[in-house]
Amino acid sequence: MASFFHSRTLLPGAILTLIFSGAALISLFWVPYDTTVLDIANRLKPPSWMHPFGTDQFGRDILSMIMVGARTSIAVALVAVGIGMLAGVPLGLAAAAGKGGLPDEVIMRGNDLVFAFPSLLIAVMITAVFGASALNAIIAIGIFNIPVFARLTRGAALSLWNREYILAAKVAGKGRARISLEHILPNVANLLIVQGTIQFSLGILAEAGLSYVGLGAQPPLASWGRMLADSQTMISLAPHLALFPGLAILLTVLGLNLLGDGLRDLLDPKLRRARV
Amino acid sequence: MLQYFLKRLLSLALSLVAASVVIFLTLEVVPGDPAAYMLGLNAQEDTLAALREELGLGGTLVQRYVSWFGGLLVGDFGTSYTYRTPVADMIGDRLWVSLPLALYALALSTLIAFPAGIFAASRRGTKADAAVMGVTQLGVAIPNFWFAMLMVLVFAINLRWFSAGGFPGWNAGFFPAMKALTLPAIALALPQASILTRVMRSSLLDTLNEDFIRTARAKGLTRGQALWRHAVRNALIPVLTILGLQFSFLLAGAIIIENVFFLPGLGRLVFQSISARDLIVVESVVMLLVFAVILVNFAVDMAYAWVDPRLRGRR
Repeated sequence: MASFFHSRTLLPGAILTLIFSGAALISLFWVPYDTTVLDIANRLKPPSWMHPFGTDQFGRDILSMIMVGARTSIAVALVAVGIGMLAGVPLGLAAAAGKGGLPDEVIMRGNDLVFAFPSLLIAVMITAVFGASALNAIIAIGIFNIPVFARLTRGAALSLWNREYILAAKVAGKGRARISLEHILPNVANLLIVQGTIQFSLGILAEAGLSYVGLGAQPPLASWGRMLADSQTMISLAPHLALFPGLAILLTVLGLNLLGDGLRDLLDPKLRRARV
Repeated sequence: MLQYFLKRLLSLALSLVAASVVIFLTLEVVPGDPAAYMLGLNAQEDTLAALREELGLGGTLVQRYVSWFGGLLVGDFGTSYTYRTPVADMIGDRLWVSLPLALYALALSTLIAFPAGIFAASRRGTKADAAVMGVTQLGVAIPNFWFAMLMVLVFAINLRWFSAGGFPGWNAGFFPAMKALTLPAIALALPQASILTRVMRSSLLDTLNEDFIRTARAKGLTRGQALWRHAVRNALIPVLTILGLQFSFLLAGAIIIENVFFLPGLGRLVFQSISARDLIVVESVVMLLVFAVILVNFAVDMAYAWVDPRLRGRR
């Protein structure tokens, strides 16, 4: 626990992450102003006591919009990481368990193929077919996450398969699937948690980018990327419109990255220099 | 080397075919008929059939795939549903914006990251190192389109050094065109430069711990000489991989940045085509970008094998 408070990355990262996930949670029950009600008389107001972050071109409170936007961003990124892990980790475990065999070859070549599609292109294709929505953004980012987790799991699992305790488990008569679940998975879990935080932060950035170009969350659902897109034509008139959603994205991503760095140092000192 | 090359070439071809099948099938499941969409509700059945034929929408799924992919191989991307012009020409025009933009950003990112990474590594543990790492931490976290908007606010609207968007075309001259691409390229390059700086730094730190650096120092080379003559060259191998990966991110990322600056590149073309349901254009642009990604990764693999012969034996 002492190392938690001495880490230069873990504590600030955890605090930033708590602030934004807290804002998202609170927005489920309460926001300062209703973000679906327009108040044209109070449009484009600069920050004040009544509206700490000002109001937008429809008079909506930007602080409230950012709180609701946090919910959208975090939900999209979290589910996308979940998809990546749920599909990628079993694939990686299976590939490592059957190393060199046909399943390994098929899984890894399939991964290479998905890797050739940046998440933005997956989103473009999905949107062209099914239209833009937050759900499609989740699917696009989630698909992109699958090979990330599959590769990581396979790489880490491969080094474990040569260990003595795995040999012992084999001698004891356990099958490959059981060894993967009982002995490999718990030992790669730390690595997955760290990578999960990183993919989470990349997911927040990707969601913001997709909503910015109109491929993500659709109005009236508030999202940080959309807020930035809407603010663009008014940036010289009301810079605060662009300032706060951008800062929200920056600080959330920064917080998650610091948290990931800190967790890596805490959970696995050997990895300290592995990631950059 | 030749055997390795041929093996990779085969895998390159297979990847391309697999990617084309994925793209084709994804966009083929689209509900709705482009011909019906273009001609409206009151279209006659024979007019629809004629238009379908003209757009290459007739025949079975396999026939359509073969004719589409065969066309791609000889540079025939089909005809745009909405503009009725060859897709290849449309892409060709836009490519002259997107490709220079991605290359410009790649050059900037390398020019920033190499010195910054070497600087940080050579001053490991000092305040200067911490400052460089802090800046890269911010650079990775900042959404590049937001950074682009802030640059427009400062350099275009307030200082009036650059225009806020648009592209004069290469006919207007090399420098005006490059000037229009400068802010977009900086915005694209910033996150990539931050990542590359970190890779450069950590790769260099790893190399500096190697025995051959100690040998070089024992032979009487100064720290700086050992760094520049031996460490930097050897640290470049992982940097090369990341550089290759970055190119694809830059090409795809250009789609978003082009939107901030209203640049007439591939990104704008894709979004216009999506809203006009001009799927053949979407299909072709996505295929082209994926092709570029696969090709660059192939080139990186080759460069890798050339730099480090030990890798040729491995997969």
